[in-house]
Amino acid sequence: MINILLSIMTASTPLLLAATGELVAEKSGVLNLGLEGMMLVGAVIGFAATVHTGSASLGVLAAVLAGIAMSLVFAFLSLTLMANQVATGLALTIFGTGLSALMGAGYVGTALQPLPKLTLPGLSDLPVLGPLLFHQDALIYGSFILLIAVAWFLYRSHAGLVLRAIGDSHDAAHAIGYPVIAIRYAATAFGGGMAGLAGAYMSLVYSPSWSENMTAGRGWIALALVVFATWRPGWLLLGAYLFGGIMYMSLYIQGLGVNLPSQFISSLPYLATIVVLVMISRDRLRIRLNAPACLGRPFFAAG
Amino acid sequence: MPLLQLEGIVKQFPGCLANDQVDLALMPGEIHALLGENGAGKSTLVKIIYGVQQPDAGQIRWQGEAVEIANPAQARRLGIGMVFQHFSLFESLTVAENIALGISDARQRKGLRSRISDISRSYGLLLDPDRAVHDLSVGERQRVEIVRCLLQEPRLLIMDEPTSVLTPQEVEKLFATLRRLAAEGCAILYISHKLEEIRALCHEATIMRQGKVVATCDPRQETAERLAELMIGSRVSAPDRPASSQADKPVKLAVSHLSLKSDQQFGIDLKDISFGVRGGEILGIGGVAGNGQSELMAALSGETPVAAAESIRIGDVAAGRLGPAQRRLLGACFVPEERNGHGAVSAFSLTDNAFLSAFRRRSLTRHGLIEGEKTRRFADDIIRLFDVRGRGVRAEARSLSGGNLQKFIVGREILQRPDLLVVAQPTWGVDAGAAAAIHQALIDLAAQGAAIVIISQDLDEILLLCQRIAVINLGRLSAPRPVGEVTVEQIGLLMGGVHGTAPDEQLEGEQPRVART
Repeated sequence: MINILLSIMTASTPLLLAATGELVAEKSGVLNLGLEGMMLVGAVIGFAATVHTGSASLGVLAAVLAGIAMSLVFAFLSLTLMANQVATGLALTIFGTGLSALMGAGYVGTALQPLPKLTLPGLSDLPVLGPLLFHQDALIYGSFILLIAVAWFLYRSHAGLVLRAIGDSHDAAHAIGYPVIAIRYAATAFGGGMAGLAGAYMSLVYSPSWSENMTAGRGWIALALVVFATWRPGWLLLGAYLFGGIMYMSLYIQGLGVNLPSQFISSLPYLATIVVLVMISRDRLRIRLNAPACLGRPFFAAG
Repeated sequence: MPLLQLEGIVKQFPGCLANDQVDLALMPGEIHALLGENGAGKSTLVKIIYGVQQPDAGQIRWQGEAVEIANPAQARRLGIGMVFQHFSLFESLTVAENIALGISDARQRKGLRSRISDISRSYGLLLDPDRAVHDLSVGERQRVEIVRCLLQEPRLLIMDEPTSVLTPQEVEKLFATLRRLAAEGCAILYISHKLEEIRALCHEATIMRQGKVVATCDPRQETAERLAELMIGSRVSAPDRPASSQADKPVKLAVSHLSLKSDQQFGIDLKDISFGVRGGEILGIGGVAGNGQSELMAALSGETPVAAAESIRIGDVAAGRLGPAQRRLLGACFVPEERNGHGAVSAFSLTDNAFLSAFRRRSLTRHGLIEGEKTRRFADDIIRLFDVRGRGVRAEARSLSGGNLQKFIVGREILQRPDLLVVAQPTWGVDAGAAAAIHQALIDLAAQGAAIVIISQDLDEILLLCQRIAVINLGRLSAPRPVGEVTVEQIGLLMGGVHGTAPDEQLEGEQPRVART
């Protein structure tokens, strides 16, 4: 039982990390569909850096920087040059998929030790709660801390209020004197860094290795989570763990040898997450209140 | 010493000199009108004062000292506040959050809530800090903007067209607030093209035309006609009023007990609306924005069909369930409120736009193909007869100025010779010259026997054109009454939701939208 819960946490964390970053970017009005590409590049860079330096911390750092670099490419094209955000984001995913495959070609088959689990003396030895809550890798703790920090930032701090305001009406924000483009750059870079981190989690913890296209659509699921969670951090957590849970269940069912096509079983997490979140987000008023009204719209300072 | 002095301000935009050597001086405690038509350069000038834009040349002096105002935050530090025409508010945020966003100094945000209630109480600007802005009426939104400015104790308050969205009673309240601020020593720069308002409120007026200052005067000493002449540069004649009796003419549009649930999240449901319009008559539907006008327009035009077919009769046909194209075949034409995106496809040429609305009534197709030459001639007729200034029939709709595009759209509908024309906001954001042309065209159409419904927030326009007026409030329509028999005060009360003056209206237990605080 404890092992099941542990596997679910591991499956859910990359989604939570990537979706938390995307939430911030979208709240500022930037729709970055390049999540999958940024995750893949983060995964391969994080893996390579760990192999070469022997330090997982440096690997994670490199993955975050790689995600930021990818997102800045996107930001330059879509915010400065005002290219269409949807098209640019799709291009970023295609670019990231190819680039990561190219960079990772030499690493296929290399194996790594997974990230060490942190042990808190005393607490980690508690029955049930000990392994679940106090014996995890640093990134799982990090994903919760970052989500809480983001929620606090968005809804309790003035800077977060400014960010939400820019997503709601960039023209009004510009008129009262906020630097729309600069703040969107920062939000996009945060989203990129989080995507890189999520990628590193895939290649350093989830399955400590590199294989081509190893994120397997998790970037898209994270994007969907943000929308279906109606841009609220609490629902994001729920959605990510729901997906992680069902993903584990489908592996488990396959293990039992149930007579269903395996393709159907492996598509279950995607289907179930979408179905559940669609039901959660049926309330149109809530969407209207939480959706950033300027999402995906280019900003041009007409003065 | 003047509080603010502008000397020789120049601002050039591609293809247009927005400000040409503009001088302006403002004394403390003075209410100063900045008067001019759309496109005269007023908005550019105040954006320069508020730091949104930088002048190409010229000098700004604040209390005698030369300053450069690099951004709005710096303008606010100097003590300049601005209430925008299109409010700079965030719909999904609360009143308190919106106000906090307008304050750049973190120390000033301490204890904000109590200061909001202090200010709103002492100036009579009632506000609930926890309400979300999308829930507020237009008048309440303006209050949020004003309170946001007042919290910073401004020395100069800029008001950009503040009354275009208010009922006459709300205007009086606003004026009382502004007079009190001025008496406390705050200078007010008041931008408007409403002459009577300026004569009632302002101590000094600067009049702009085509980017230049053409006159300064004391508006209290001038007549409205004289101010209009200065503003426009020529005389604008009032349109000829149509004859008043149409009692014997056939009814072209009959609406009876029309009720409709709005499909918009924050829309207004239409409730039991009844009225009729006869040939040759112009009926005006007044009201504050957001009280069901767009829903009524959608129901009349067929964009939102109504389940009860009998509730809308066009001519002799029960048309409630028909779509816009079928209603057009019955002789009805429509001019929607939004010119770009609704009245016209902004990226299409004028020829294509003419075709899209008129191809049935003007038979511009044959065997399913567009008759290009005939369509071009039709577009050309519109441009010629309605004096649409632009680059001819091939110009994109969005390349035209608001006034010219509106003339084109109104002209396109009128040239289809409708029996019934429903027009929303015919002269919104249109300069006085174009407005006069549109007004005359509507009156001429009525004189030829068509019935016209004008849905407008501009009360002056309704009083100028219409024989009868009804007022829409919270989705209910007051009984239409002859224009000569109602006073502006009575109309204002109807706009505010007080229906006591209308004999056949019994409304109780419902909060009017504008007075809701």
